[in-house]
Amino acid sequence: MSAPPPGVMLETLRKDIRLEWRSKDAINSMLFFALLVVVVFSFSFDPNAEESRQIAGGLVWVAFLFAAVVALNQTWARELRNQVLDAFRVSPAPANSLFLAKAVGNFIFVTVLEAVMVPLFVVFYKLRVLGPAWQLIPVTVLGTWAIVVNGTFFAAMSLRTRSREIMLPLLLFPITIPALISTVEATTTILVGDPTTSAKFWIVLLATYDVMFTIACLSLFETVLHAE
Amino acid sequence: MNFLYAAYGATWAIHIVYLITVARRYIRLKQEVDDLNKK
Amino acid sequence: MKKAFPILGVLTAIFLSYALYLALVVAPREQTMGDVQRIFYYHVPSAWTAFLLFFINFLASVQYLVRRNPSTDKVANWILITVAAVTCIASVVIAVVPALKEAMPKDVQPSSIGTTGIIIAVAYFLIRKFFSVEAVDALAVTTAEVGVVFCTVVLVTGPLWARPVWGIWWTWDVRLTSTLVLWLIYVSYLILRRFSSSGQTPVMAAALAVFGALDVPLVYFSIWIFRTQHPQPVIGGGGSIDPRMMHVLLMNWLAFLCFAYLVCWSRYRLEIMKREVEEAQALESLLEPGSMAR
Repeated sequence: MSAPPPGVMLETLRKDIRLEWRSKDAINSMLFFALLVVVVFSFSFDPNAEESRQIAGGLVWVAFLFAAVVALNQTWARELRNQVLDAFRVSPAPANSLFLAKAVGNFIFVTVLEAVMVPLFVVFYKLRVLGPAWQLIPVTVLGTWAIVVNGTFFAAMSLRTRSREIMLPLLLFPITIPALISTVEATTTILVGDPTTSAKFWIVLLATYDVMFTIACLSLFETVLHAE
Repeated sequence: MNFLYAAYGATWAIHIVYLITVARRYIRLKQEVDDLNKK
Repeated sequence: MKKAFPILGVLTAIFLSYALYLALVVAPREQTMGDVQRIFYYHVPSAWTAFLLFFINFLASVQYLVRRNPSTDKVANWILITVAAVTCIASVVIAVVPALKEAMPKDVQPSSIGTTGIIIAVAYFLIRKFFSVEAVDALAVTTAEVGVVFCTVVLVTGPLWARPVWGIWWTWDVRLTSTLVLWLIYVSYLILRRFSSSGQTPVMAAALAVFGALDVPLVYFSIWIFRTQHPQPVIGGGGSIDPRMMHVLLMNWLAFLCFAYLVCWSRYRLEIMKREVEEAQALESLLEPGSMAR
């Protein structure tokens, strides 16, 4: 399993982005869905400012997780509709390029959703970051990649199953639990800003998780794609 | 202690339920084998 | 084996009854917790059995992924041998170098590293010897299912023990949470197997099992760190065990292992039979006149 040539991957990525951009309906409904998630959470958990900082970490990441699942289901569904998957399996391009292209595409897509949800959360929950705010960047990047890399892999796996929409979260959630713990703890630590605690350990753990599972996905994707 | 008996009882209840499902699947499979043999 | 089954069944039943007697009557009454503590003799052996079964499932899944291709098969064999060799050497080195020996965590003997490595390699090669590639997949399904059954027992008896003793049904401590995640992963494994169409199922399930195996240590570690930052009640903490209790515990574990073996054997035979029937049915539908209509 050597590193895939960037050419194929970038092409596929560009194609995906172009397709998403053209199908503005899908983007708009996803953005609206993200907004709805934040609003529903705000109605369900309506604490005063101090408590909200404690639980905001958890709320935000659960919201991201649900939005990501909906996004992931979307992107593979389109491939299936046009039988792109079969065409790709037959082509000589390495399976890993397809996987990386899809994963990076999903990552960009989910990040856009997060960019919409975060200001809304800040407004509704009157959040202020008391700790080192710059640390939120590695946390968000690593955390989103953790969800997306496994999500893309399991979405590909659930394509060949019945009830595929429920299959994805069913497979994804248990596996992402350590990543979820890390992101929530890191975010909460940064928001609360207690000088005795540091999010650095959680960031390192997240990075470890990302490396391990990216390698696992890249190693096994070819097998899963061609399994027949 | 009620919890003790509940725990032991639950353990065996779970095992017995599983064994029953295995047995039922076995019986159904035996049926299919007989059907195939008849043909 | 077929003929021996009823005899083994009866023997196991007797053994289990004896183990139950040991647990309820012979084992000494615990000072602080009282008789409720006896749940321990069912809870812990079930946990160990579940972990053993999941471990076998992991080895079987790896084998299924690896053995279909001769080159990956060879690589895997060499990796296993290397793991065994390295752990043995590490054991010897740690035992001999005083500085390293001091650095080891309490209660962990240097030799256990070597034995763990050897056991993993031996188990892998034994499975490889006795199970063909297709059979290894049947083994994977079997151990996953029976493992889930035992894991369910653990998750049910745990809270039943915790409630009267510590006053709470559940806590997010390392062991309970890791066990819950393990259970979740394997339930999703079983659902994947049930919901996917037969051609690709074994490969995807095997991939999921590998992911699960990577995941569980991370879960354990992350919750361990979480717990040191937010101290929580510890359930079933360590400490030394009265040797009489240890004896009862081990007897119960042995009895449950025999029981698990028989259950696995039955489930395995069921799985093999199911595959043979499916093959026969597929063949039959091919040979049947007018089968084009299917």
